[in-house]
Amino acid sequence: MILSDKHLKFREKVKQFADNEIAPESTELEKKEKFPWEIIKKMGKSNLLAIYVPKKYGGAGLDTLSYAIAVEEIGRVCGSTGIFLAAHTSLGIYPIFLSGNEEQKKKWLPPLASGEKISSFGLTEPNAGSDAAGTQTTFKLVDDKYLINGTKCFITSGGVGDTIVFTATKDPSLGYKGISAFVVEKGTPGFSEGKREDKLGLRGSITSELIFDNCEIPQENLLGKDGEGFKVFMQTLDGGRISIGALALGIAQGALDACIKFCKSNSINKKPLFKMQSIQSTIAEMGTEIEAARLLVHQAAALKDEGLPITKESAMGKYYASKIGMKATSTAVELHGMLGLKKDYLVERFMRDEKLMEIGEGTSEIQKIVIARELFK
Amino acid sequence: MNFGLTNDQKMLQKEVRNFAETELKPLASEIDVSGEFPSENIKKLAEMGLMGIIVPEKYSGSEFDFISLAIAIEEISRVCASTGVIVAVNNSLVSYPILQFGNEEQKQKYLPPLCIGEKIGAMGITEPNAGSDVAAMEATAKLNGDHYILNGTKRFITNGTAADTFVVFAYTDKDAGYKGMSCFIVERDLEGFSLGKHEDLMGIRATGNCELIFEDVKVPKENLLGKEGDGFKICMNTLDVSRIDIGAQGVGIAQAALDESIKYSKERKTFGKPICHHEMIQNMLAEMATKIQAARLLVYYVGYLKDKGVKRFSKESAMAKYYAADIAVDVTRKAVQIHGGYGYTKDYPVERFYRDARILELYEGTSEIQKIVIARDLVK
Amino acid sequence: MNIIVCIKRVPQTAEAEVKVDSSGKDIEKDRLIFDTNESDTYALEEAVLQKEKFGGSITVITVGDEDSEETLRIALAKGADEAIRIKVEDLDELDGFKTAQILHKIIKDMDFDIIFTGCLATDDAYSQVGTTLAKLLEIPHASLVTKIELSENSADAYRELEGGLLEHLKIKLPALFTIQTGINVPRYASLIAIRRAARKELNEISKTEFGEMKSNSFIEELFTPPVSKLAEILSGNPDEVSEKLTGIIKEKGLI
Ligand SMILES: Cc1cc2nc3c(=O)[nH]c(=O)nc-3n(C[C@H](O)[C@H](O)[C@H](O)COP(=O)(O)OP(=O)(O)OC[C@H]3O[C@@H](n4cnc5c(N)ncnc54)[C@H](O)[C@@H]3O)c2cc1C
Repeated sequence: MILSDKHLKFREKVKQFADNEIAPESTELEKKEKFPWEIIKKMGKSNLLAIYVPKKYGGAGLDTLSYAIAVEEIGRVCGSTGIFLAAHTSLGIYPIFLSGNEEQKKKWLPPLASGEKISSFGLTEPNAGSDAAGTQTTFKLVDDKYLINGTKCFITSGGVGDTIVFTATKDPSLGYKGISAFVVEKGTPGFSEGKREDKLGLRGSITSELIFDNCEIPQENLLGKDGEGFKVFMQTLDGGRISIGALALGIAQGALDACIKFCKSNSINKKPLFKMQSIQSTIAEMGTEIEAARLLVHQAAALKDEGLPITKESAMGKYYASKIGMKATSTAVELHGMLGLKKDYLVERFMRDEKLMEIGEGTSEIQKIVIARELFK
Repeated sequence: MNFGLTNDQKMLQKEVRNFAETELKPLASEIDVSGEFPSENIKKLAEMGLMGIIVPEKYSGSEFDFISLAIAIEEISRVCASTGVIVAVNNSLVSYPILQFGNEEQKQKYLPPLCIGEKIGAMGITEPNAGSDVAAMEATAKLNGDHYILNGTKRFITNGTAADTFVVFAYTDKDAGYKGMSCFIVERDLEGFSLGKHEDLMGIRATGNCELIFEDVKVPKENLLGKEGDGFKICMNTLDVSRIDIGAQGVGIAQAALDESIKYSKERKTFGKPICHHEMIQNMLAEMATKIQAARLLVYYVGYLKDKGVKRFSKESAMAKYYAADIAVDVTRKAVQIHGGYGYTKDYPVERFYRDARILELYEGTSEIQKIVIARDLVK
Repeated sequence: MNIIVCIKRVPQTAEAEVKVDSSGKDIEKDRLIFDTNESDTYALEEAVLQKEKFGGSITVITVGDEDSEETLRIALAKGADEAIRIKVEDLDELDGFKTAQILHKIIKDMDFDIIFTGCLATDDAYSQVGTTLAKLLEIPHASLVTKIELSENSADAYRELEGGLLEHLKIKLPALFTIQTGINVPRYASLIAIRRAARKELNEISKTEFGEMKSNSFIEELFTPPVSKLAEILSGNPDEVSEKLTGIIKEKGLI
């Protein structure tokens, strides 16, 4: 892919960071389920935590395309760090940046951009996954505070988040019209972490339940206008899909790179693997699909940077990148034979990590419904 | 890469679409059935400037870039795949190598008639015993004073029955292997040059596909394109570029199939609701649209690389061609599926799209060959 | 012969699904495809044909937003010599009367023999701009013209009337004609012409230079009428259809 010189340089910088700072740690992180605290600090120093946020709020002041490139490059070596970054920027920071007022932005964004604090995003609930309008967590204005009650689940970085954006409804019977968005800070009485999930992949990232039990939050923590929460989240998810697409893409690229390396250094009956046509066919399909996915993801990012609608394009990028990513990582395991199942090789981790991409932030089925809806317009 | 189109590209797209819808679409089904080469359309296409899209104005071309070529071929193929191929061959397989490898005299002599629709071009690489394995060709050209004596048979030649100007490959030195291959411009009226079997094709039926037979044809020496021995290089370089067109054809045919399917799915009712309300139908449409957009971006990407002056883009052009062909077959198959039994009849165009798409996986390098090119580059 | 052609960029609504937007006074335009208004393309072609016969120059004018640049450029590619865009950002505030007033302000100081406009814009269907503009300029006009023959100072214009009648008018120039579709066969812009037109300078004038325009009609509401259930189309072969028909008539107790 030919990008502008500016983007190429940026890719090179992130690539080096990923190879030097993250890759050596990634297997260990995953195996031991260690949250990448150190790496996050370094990412903050390298200005990678709030890439498209303006400098005045502590961000890097770059664009969405740069961000997609960064998530891809990091995902290529470590899915767990990748999902942290995607959730932190696209889901935690973005809604504050999108609909926060000046005061809120000045208060919350700089520490998130520097890595001093970590953000997460609570939308999903036990009974509201794909159907976000089914939110059951409630809020009530009591005196000058919001009283929150309910449970969120599968929240990336939930247990370690300091600044958490979440949705709650005035009245579940109002559907999406009753939903508003808020920020809760770690340590607020009544707010606690529930169960931590034991997951198939992305084991170096933390996924938790969040419990609101008569939790009181100040009125100034409402994001945007009352009742506009659904809109804020839909826009957040449109953008979030770019990051999941980019991450799926990065993991797939990691799998392809691993395959190419493996094929060059292994042979059967003295014939190098890469000279066998069935292997070539597999590699060519993977390579083509990854390139196609990259263009779809970059297109969505570029459109976003131009301020154009991206609902269809971001859904396409996410759906397609995760689909071909799953295929690529599973094929990669197969191509490594028995070795592919061993933890000494990266590909089994890639395959486990990649599966989340087809599910998180709207399953492939939901993406297809979004795409179809746009087509019928 | 800029994901938006420029002003002239947008205007070109709009105007070519209008033209194709009004002038080409009404004939598409008819020429598919009859298999007749659409000669009258060629004049109109030439007036629009579509027969020489990438040729400079000084040779009577339109002087557009390669992304524009892709856009135009997509729009034409969207309404009539046969015409899409005819235009693609004239542009990329004939005009392009003359422009790229011809000398000034050859360009001045051959390009203007090809651009203004006075003459039609065709290209002969394939032979009965040499398809994917181009170097296995048997045609020969022996220098004899001021001309070459050309002998051989070319098979499956698009535009063959209608063309006047042929770009033909033959060995000038068989012993030198592929380095002994050369490329010639051969005019239709030369003695000893005749047309053989006319193919009755599954799709793109109106493309005048036939065999070319050369029996001691005297080709003037000045009709050698490039130098002796340049043939293989010219061939490969030309195919890299023309894969943009094949990709664009795939995108165009697939887009047409998607458009028809969306329309039909809103009209057709089963179990009390339009079939577009069935999720399985939505599923298919979403997959179709996603793959089409991915293919389009891959095709534009190759056009972009070529326009930027990048020298080597074999991998990218093979990806675009392989992928667009693959998804065109998949998308048109789904389009027939969405139309149910009606999709299997000639009352709806999707059965034609399905047949038309199939060739894309075969010509100008089968999908298998594309994959070899891609894999070779990836493991480099 | 100096000719002015007034053209407009309109959404193509014939085959699209049209929805009323949240204001209740306009349609949703995000997804619609825009193109030159149909009868305007005939008006432009007529101008080009006359120029080819008599020489002179053609100026196309549109009152429109930034996107209508494309409409002007296509017109340049099809044979217009100059293009003027009168810049308006909020098109929804315009109606036929206001548009005619704006056009008048600029055309009144121009040197022209003929103005061609389309006979109707397919989006609002007012058929108002041409005739109002003629009135404001105090020049004669003929509407719905299906054939026109020009001479030095006058034109023979033909208008198709109901019942197959043809009206032949002799009109002194300068004059304005609103052109009916079908009067000629509009050409396509060739690729070369497109490339040249894409690089041409456009003249742009801000609407605000002309001050406030008045209007005396306002849209109250735009809506899709409720579907009536009074008609039913019977399908099948003639025997089946006649059987269904007698069935219905019997059922209603009519025989
Ligand atoms: C409608 C139509 C239009 C055409 N137009 C033109 C034209 O204008 N000019 C022109 O010169 N030619 C033209 N062709 C020819 C076309 O390019 C060839 O048919 C094509 O290159 C395939 O060659 P083949 O048919 O000989 O198949 P073969 O080469 O015999 O291939 C047979 C099968 O073997 C596979 N295969 C071959 N080699 C390998 C390998 N190394 N590894 C793995 N698999 C392999 C192929 O993929 C294919 O599946 C046209 C063909 C058609 C049908």
